[in-house]
Amino acid sequence: MLPFIARRLAATIPVLAIVAVLVFLLLRLTPGDPAAILAGDAANVEQIAKIRAGLGLDRSIPVQFAIWLGQMLSGDLGESFYFKMKVTDLIGQRIEPTLALAAVTIVIAVLVAVPLGVLAAWRFGGWLDRALMGFSVLGFSVPVFVLAYILIWVVSLKLGWLPVQGYRRIADGFLPFLRHLILPSITLSVIYIALIARVTRAAVLDTLGEDYIRTARAKGLSESRVLVRHALANAAVPIATVIGLGIALLIGGVVVTESVYAIPGLGRLTVDAVLARDFPTIQGVILLFSFTYVLVNLLVDLSYVFFDPRIRY
Amino acid sequence: MDHAPPADKDSLSVEAASVMRYESAWQRVRRNWSVRIGGTVLLVLVLVALAAPWLGTVDPTLFDAGSRDLRPGQSGEITTLDGDTLKHTFLMGSDSFGRDIYSRVVFGARVSLVVGLAAAVLSLVFGIAFGLLAGYLRWLDGVLMRFMDGLMSIPAILIAIALVALWRGSPLTVIVAIAVPEIPRVTRLVRSLVLSIREEPYVEAAISLGTPAWKIMLSHILPNCIAPLVVQGTYICGAAILVEAILSFLGVGLPPDIPTWGNIMAEGRVQFVEYPHNVFFPGVVLAVTVLAVNILGDGLRDTLDPKMAKRV
Repeated sequence: MLPFIARRLAATIPVLAIVAVLVFLLLRLTPGDPAAILAGDAANVEQIAKIRAGLGLDRSIPVQFAIWLGQMLSGDLGESFYFKMKVTDLIGQRIEPTLALAAVTIVIAVLVAVPLGVLAAWRFGGWLDRALMGFSVLGFSVPVFVLAYILIWVVSLKLGWLPVQGYRRIADGFLPFLRHLILPSITLSVIYIALIARVTRAAVLDTLGEDYIRTARAKGLSESRVLVRHALANAAVPIATVIGLGIALLIGGVVVTESVYAIPGLGRLTVDAVLARDFPTIQGVILLFSFTYVLVNLLVDLSYVFFDPRIRY
Repeated sequence: MDHAPPADKDSLSVEAASVMRYESAWQRVRRNWSVRIGGTVLLVLVLVALAAPWLGTVDPTLFDAGSRDLRPGQSGEITTLDGDTLKHTFLMGSDSFGRDIYSRVVFGARVSLVVGLAAAVLSLVFGIAFGLLAGYLRWLDGVLMRFMDGLMSIPAILIAIALVALWRGSPLTVIVAIAVPEIPRVTRLVRSLVLSIREEPYVEAAISLGTPAWKIMLSHILPNCIAPLVVQGTYICGAAILVEAILSFLGVGLPPDIPTWGNIMAEGRVQFVEYPHNVFFPGVVLAVTVLAVNILGDGLRDTLDPKMAKRV
């Protein structure tokens, strides 16, 4: 077990390093003065000079990368020229809404998608199965922001059940916090539900053809026990995998959803930083999102051991 | 569904089976309902995009101060570039500049379809090149695929947003920015196909006859990759249309003077509560377009690439 974790960690490091190189090269391979680009449109001459000195732009590219990487590793993501503060502080301020949105979305998606996928596989070819497959094609095709506006229009404007936009901190009371998060989370969860339900259906369908399912039924287990304890439990690995890979979709969705619902999170920060061409912030957010994605998938890989005791590394 | 009696399949020789499959591929595609429905909707959209000027539209950039914020179906006037005023019925209403939403949506179809197609072609071309290299030149494989793993670890939309921010939005930069994150996926697909095809006897025969590597790649390996690549390309096209709309909607895509579905919605969102039609019409057309492309992709996958169809 331990050697496996060590090996898996060691395999993750090159990926993280390449992500860092790519984010670094993003700026250096662009024609023009990297210091001026990095400073953005809002910077003055002294700031540009300061960046040039700080980055060692007169030195070779590998040396520059080493300097930059050293700063990243010591937790210094640089200074935002648009927001006039450290990027790490900026991210700290904006992370709560995004984490809350992502957490509620994942909970909704898993609670809806896994049972739906199991039931669709159980009644393969039935009306629920066909409806689910239709829904999943639809879920992949309706853009997040179109769905957001449809939901706002129906639920908030016509029915008046939930607030249209905005965010309340959890410290300001749990109910307002949840009321503001429900609609964005449902919006964001649709594509995630489509993805997870489809894979759950396929994975459970595979296990339902196995001999041990027939045995379980033959020894008189209830159908629900057969489905959950035997079929679903053995389909857990692909389902966990797709939940991890789906985080990439979720991150893309967060950027759009926060923008539509005016949630002051990291997704909104990304768009604001891009509009202001605030490159230290763009780099910082991309690094954070990508590292999160890689690490979540590392955890998913490690969880295989828990889901499937046959896997011994 | 397959009409051939399944019992006969096993008794056929390998050559005969593959010849039969080759001959019936196009017929199977044409019989598939997903292909028919998705293809028809898409064909209508292409025709609408081509015939945009003759479909009762006006120049999508024309505006008229007197025709601002009209409801769908209302009539008003619009000033042409010569200064004349035209009587015009605003089928989908007008925006806050007095521009005709219907004309903008119809002309926007051109942008979406071109971006989708161009991004798919671009990512396929580069993905095929990298995939063939990685699958065939073993010394390059490790480095190239680790690089692709890194690129795949950055969520696609973030790469696109960052690239557009660097280059500033123009049709070309947006197409490239959308295509770049798709390249690793195509590369992986081609590489895995190459790795399995290169073990086939006919490739071994070609190698032993001294055929140069590039010729093996182009005349033996690539033709066998076409079916899965058509499927993958269709999905990329759908995703690209979506991402273009998202970028424009967020204000980081094509410049606002180009009528795209994302831009129309970006301008309409400010007034969404009073005038939801500015968001709904382009939104619904966008969703229908992407849906048609994805349904077409599903149909092609089921008929051309049955192995992939079984996976999900």
